[in-house]
Amino acid sequence: MTGQGTIQSPRQGWSSPQGAAALAAPSPAGKRRAFDGRALLGFFLPVGIALLWEAAVHFGLAQGRLVPPPSRIAATLWALARTGELWTHASATLWRILAGFVIGAGAGIAVGALSGSSETLRRVLDPTLQALRAIPSIAWVPLFILWLGIFEASKVALIAVGVFFPVYLGIAGAILSVDRKLVEVGRVFRLSRAKLARRILLPAVLPEAVIALRSGLGLGFMFVVAAEFMGASEGLGYLLVDGQQMGKPDQILAAIIAFALLGKAADSLLVFGTRPLVRWQDVARERL
Amino acid sequence: MLNLSHLSKTYADGTRALTDINLSVRESEIVALIGGSGCGKTTLLRLIAGLDRASAGAIRLDGETIHEPHPAVGIVFQEPRLLPWLTVADNVAFGLDHLDRNERKARVAHALEKIGLAEHGTRWPRDLSGGQQQRVAIARAFVMHPKVLLLDEPFSALDAFTRASLHEHLLGLWEETRPTVVLVTHDVQEAVTLADRAIIMQPKPGRIFDELPLALARPRDRAALPFESAVRRVLAALDQSLNPVQASPQRERDREAAALWW
Repeated sequence: MTGQGTIQSPRQGWSSPQGAAALAAPSPAGKRRAFDGRALLGFFLPVGIALLWEAAVHFGLAQGRLVPPPSRIAATLWALARTGELWTHASATLWRILAGFVIGAGAGIAVGALSGSSETLRRVLDPTLQALRAIPSIAWVPLFILWLGIFEASKVALIAVGVFFPVYLGIAGAILSVDRKLVEVGRVFRLSRAKLARRILLPAVLPEAVIALRSGLGLGFMFVVAAEFMGASEGLGYLLVDGQQMGKPDQILAAIIAFALLGKAADSLLVFGTRPLVRWQDVARERL
Repeated sequence: MLNLSHLSKTYADGTRALTDINLSVRESEIVALIGGSGCGKTTLLRLIAGLDRASAGAIRLDGETIHEPHPAVGIVFQEPRLLPWLTVADNVAFGLDHLDRNERKARVAHALEKIGLAEHGTRWPRDLSGGQQQRVAIARAFVMHPKVLLLDEPFSALDAFTRASLHEHLLGLWEETRPTVVLVTHDVQEAVTLADRAIIMQPKPGRIFDELPLALARPRDRAALPFESAVRRVLAALDQSLNPVQASPQRERDREAAALWW
């Protein structure tokens, strides 16, 4: 952390949103800094293990039937990509996540805003939502299949439920934790309720809202797998199940890698897209 | 003219923060409310700002009753309370929505220049030091051209050097529009540096104990004798306010005068 970040946090009591912003928008200062060779150290372990295993299989020390060597996984991934199969599956999965995320996050933001800004509504809504949250979301699967059928609707619904709760909690919590002293500044300048929301509450909750959306998106990726296990004819989750039933561990690992790449890409896209909103919070800080 | 009559504030838990405050502040007068902690200074300021409601009594500004934030009353808090997502210039411009772009820009630029931060308009508040942030907060209040400016120990978190320079910035801005100022402070030097009158307050329940005129010529020289003796007078009044067994301040002063006479 450089001196800049430390100047005002203790004085203004903004330490938590500031920390929040570090997560919301990983430091752009990294770009300005000279490239740090130590970052490469992180590659040492995975690449080393992959090379060792590759060598072990290559020289016949291991069969690599259940744990295929990296080269075979890459070949499988390449084959899937070449036939276009990978894109079919990936786009099916991404579409489900997108639909579920939009519905779940939209509802989470709306309900979170209501519950965060009105004490009465919070007393009405929050206990029920907390109770629902305690249910493992997978437990909804049979019900969703009965209600919505076995096709897309039930999958999207499951993902939406998974996304909803972290977003709801994050938004409501962010609104509740807005610095009362800044709200008072709004009162001194005689802002109307709408203006207070737009000029003070909204910018104050944005960093935490971005984090809420990011954890919602992460859960979206988690639940899409569960949803596709429910019975799908396409999607990366289908590739996983198919790989298990056909005894093709390379296909399972290829699908897992595709998941990892897509998940990271979607998260980066979200961070990148929301960065202008939280630019003021860019804290020069070591990235984890 | 700012007029407080029979003002009382009792909190929901029964704590009597203020009782029967009567005070008139002339236009362009700078008044310092001074007293130990718990004497209701800040509560009184919050009532005038319209942020809290009085339990009894009335606050009038030129005859108009104040019970909610008033456009002609500005306040600077103990902390800068800048909005961290706005640049320094946008923070200063926060209350100037009603002006057109050019006038807004001109006013902000002028205020930033007055506080010596003309170059810092595009920076974020967190890039400024504590003293600079507090200057921005003062500028944000001044650009509104308030008739009454309330200052709630705005310099208490700063070191002595920064504080002295902020006093000058404050007086520089004050000269332009000459608002009525009510300053809450626990720093006697600060009161004597800035104010035309010191109001000594007493705790439990908060009330006015005494008031002392500080009719020193401006600019005030803190090393000069009249300054020294004014500080001493305020300190003496404060000591009396903390020692309730002593006689009333008026009697005390009479006795002093008598002693001098003899």
